[in-house]
Amino acid sequence: MGIEIEQPCVELSNVAVSETHGENSPYFAGWKAYDENPYDEFTNPSGVIQMGLAENQVSFDLIEKYLEEHPEEASTWGNGASGFRENALFQDYHGLKTFRTAMASFMEQVRGGRAKFDPQRIVLTAGATAANELLTFILANPGDALLVPTPYYPGFDRDLRWRTGVNIVPINCDSSNNFQITPEALEASYKDAEAMNFKVRGVLITNPSNPLGITIPREVLEEILDFVTRKNIHLVSDEIYSGSVFSSSEFTSVAEILEARENRNAERVHIVYSLSKDLGLPGFRVGTIYSYNDKVVTTARRMSSFTLISSQTQHLLASMLSDERFTESYMETNRERLRKRYQMIIEGLRSAGIECLNGNAGLFCWMNMSPLLEKPTREGELELWNTILLQVKLNISPGSSCHCSEPGWFRVCFANMSEHTLEIALQRIRDFMARIRTETETESA
Amino acid sequence: MTQTRKPAPKPEAQNPSFSTSGMKLIVPLQGVVQGRGGLLLGTLVPCALFYFLQLYLKRRRSSDATCATPPSEPALPRTSSRSNLSARAGSISRVRISRLASQISRPDDSLYYVGLDRVSIDPFHALHNPHGVIQLGLSDNKLCFDLIGEWFARSLEGSVVSTSLSINGIAPYQTFDGMMELKMALSDFMHQVMGESVKFDPSNMVLTAGATPAIEILSFCLADHGNAFLVPTPYYPGFDRDVRWRPGVDLIPVHCRSADNFNLNITALEQAYSQARKRGVKVRGILISNPSNPVGNIMTQDMLYSLLDFAEEKNIHIIADEVFAGSTYGSEKFVSIAEILDSDYIDKSRVHIIYGLSKDLSLAGFRVGVIYSFNDSVLAAAKKLSRFSSISAPTQRLVTSMLSDKRFIREYFETNRKRIRQVHDEFVDCLSKLGIKCAKSSAGMFCWADMSGLIRPYSEKGEIELWEKFLSVAKINITPGSSCHCIEPGWFRICFTTITLEEIPLVIERIRRVVESCKSSS
Repeated sequence: MGIEIEQPCVELSNVAVSETHGENSPYFAGWKAYDENPYDEFTNPSGVIQMGLAENQVSFDLIEKYLEEHPEEASTWGNGASGFRENALFQDYHGLKTFRTAMASFMEQVRGGRAKFDPQRIVLTAGATAANELLTFILANPGDALLVPTPYYPGFDRDLRWRTGVNIVPINCDSSNNFQITPEALEASYKDAEAMNFKVRGVLITNPSNPLGITIPREVLEEILDFVTRKNIHLVSDEIYSGSVFSSSEFTSVAEILEARENRNAERVHIVYSLSKDLGLPGFRVGTIYSYNDKVVTTARRMSSFTLISSQTQHLLASMLSDERFTESYMETNRERLRKRYQMIIEGLRSAGIECLNGNAGLFCWMNMSPLLEKPTREGELELWNTILLQVKLNISPGSSCHCSEPGWFRVCFANMSEHTLEIALQRIRDFMARIRTETETESA
Repeated sequence: MTQTRKPAPKPEAQNPSFSTSGMKLIVPLQGVVQGRGGLLLGTLVPCALFYFLQLYLKRRRSSDATCATPPSEPALPRTSSRSNLSARAGSISRVRISRLASQISRPDDSLYYVGLDRVSIDPFHALHNPHGVIQLGLSDNKLCFDLIGEWFARSLEGSVVSTSLSINGIAPYQTFDGMMELKMALSDFMHQVMGESVKFDPSNMVLTAGATPAIEILSFCLADHGNAFLVPTPYYPGFDRDVRWRPGVDLIPVHCRSADNFNLNITALEQAYSQARKRGVKVRGILISNPSNPVGNIMTQDMLYSLLDFAEEKNIHIIADEVFAGSTYGSEKFVSIAEILDSDYIDKSRVHIIYGLSKDLSLAGFRVGVIYSFNDSVLAAAKKLSRFSSISAPTQRLVTSMLSDKRFIREYFETNRKRIRQVHDEFVDCLSKLGIKCAKSSAGMFCWADMSGLIRPYSEKGEIELWEKFLSVAKINITPGSSCHCIEPGWFRICFTTITLEEIPLVIERIRRVVESCKSSS
């Protein structure tokens, strides 16, 4: 049996509790009856015959024949044509059991076995983008607010707000304490939301943080958990970079803290994960929601109809994710290569006279260019960004697009190119910095 | 060249009885005529202003027309004088998209995204573009591709992951609205499936993970929360979830009856529309499925034209769900709404088509859906929203290969159609021997069966009781008409493509037992 969690009341949105999903209609109820007792000519001749689903099985043999004649195409499927039919027809939003189980065990592995994940609490979505939006639909009503620490991933402005109508109220963090989230900042942000007449529904953190590239310390996670419990709101922990920590011991997942607390108050916590960063497979569109809240799991599953993962992809990855020897060695190698890349870029930038935040995770570093700003303002930062893009020909992300309260910080990614290209980028930066130094010297001379 | 002012518009555009200015006078006054007398002043003043504005604009346009070189206009096909007015109506009252779509279809001002765009215009490449922009703004991990590629090569039985399908091509971020190769393959496929009478342009497509999110995304783009679409009944139960749940758009039924073989009639459409207006509900579009689910009938070309005229007159959208276009078996030919849009006078920007591979190619698990639209703003907004429902890259690859094999596709379709027809004919025949008649259908994977004679009472309650009997006693899951919002009780949708020809006797036997038990208990 799975992880059982007490379910007292933290509120869900109107959309989540509405019956408009229509699943109580006979249309869907009949499917359930079939799922529970499906007819099979040999093994279950008295089972329910499915004639309530407009599915075409009359010509599958032709597709199977095609695959047998085209082994190259079949190779992305997996093993010839066997099992292809069931898979191609499979559109159950519970997802392939083998895949869900593999996902749960992979998530455990990423956390060094320090937390357990129940496959029955895993909801599959086409990417973490969809997972974050879906959770927002479920946890908040239009006009409500989620508190998000700054700086944050620019995509949140779309994912959390566009279709949901929910607002983001920033939890302001600054360089005075390495952009850590403090209890004061949490309280201040809550008050800001209240002043704007927004009902706060939850806090959404990214751990490890994008764009900072650091893991959230255990004590801070505990404080955040206490805060959301006091306010009776939700906590979404986007742990999409949990496998991209340079040293595995430095990452604490909120799941570990919940386990230490014996899952008390866990029903307000939801974890988002994806294979886009840790496994470098963003094109596959594989994301998950892991929720400790039964109602959220059920609703999220229903809503995932709008964002299902291709059954072919689930099948393809299920065996890879359950290959523990492979995943173990992959994670180790990945961490090692990320750490080396990080070293390379930090040293490269330092030799050019640029300092970064001391990072320990992620695919990027958080670079401080504030000494270079003409004016210590957003406009100054944008001018510098423009120069770097047009003259130095580097695309880096300005802190203002991440809603950073201090101008001059930039996110620089280092894992999406070859070492050679990174060398060239670093050289361009060195040349740029040298040019600036000569200009300043000429000016002051 | 001297420019002479000519007050009258060009001869081709003139039509004395339904002159453009005449119609424009009538439309604003409709509100007064419909009896909102209490708001007479509130209606007359803006109407008067509107009318005078139209006159002013018309005068302006006539003088403009003499300045520009007039394009040679062929005489418009005059099926109805209404269609002539549409030429003018379309150019003034462009159909509106939702607030959300307006907001997001504009170019993004976040520099995060501006930067990403800049790289795609001038991307660095060590050999071919060494002075290009280096991408340091996309948080993507390419450091361990080799390990993943090796795993696939080792583990996929007896196959070599060829370069065209190699991990490097499919692992990284793709454009959210689908790879161009797949769009091209799909546009060819749709052309083939829909009788080869109309060409589809890949740049008018947004691909989504199935037709389900396609319908939802269109709903978000075409209507605001609280607005409504008109939808002929009976309709596919999933529409309630796709349109009403998150987008919050209501579905107003336009009831079709067995006497008409459940075909739509425009009078019913008009009535539903005006009733909605009276209630203060803003109707933004009509949602049809053609071929129809659950009835299986195909809309005639005439009806499609009437629908378009209706939409033009009310300035609303049409969403045509054509997912069953390839599953035809009857003698009637399927006509896509795209086919009749080729005339000049129709405002294409109000027509949107939904397609997918779940039905015609049986690949429901792979999640391949299409939004096809002529409306640039809708495409821009839908493209952005497709980030939440993108098709998995390896699936895009596999499907592209399959669709590109024209010979296979042709063979598949011929055989598929033949087999569906066989099962359909046999099944419907057997049902009729049991005294159960079906609506006339030419497409789809189901028959729409009339079991009203078996239900007691003749109501939704009686229908549900029969449904329960089928499920618990006969162990057959069929869909009751009430789930499809059918106005006449006793109709059921029975899908027959999930069973084989050989299994039909078994199914019929189970149905027979239920029929007997209904007859004996009456």
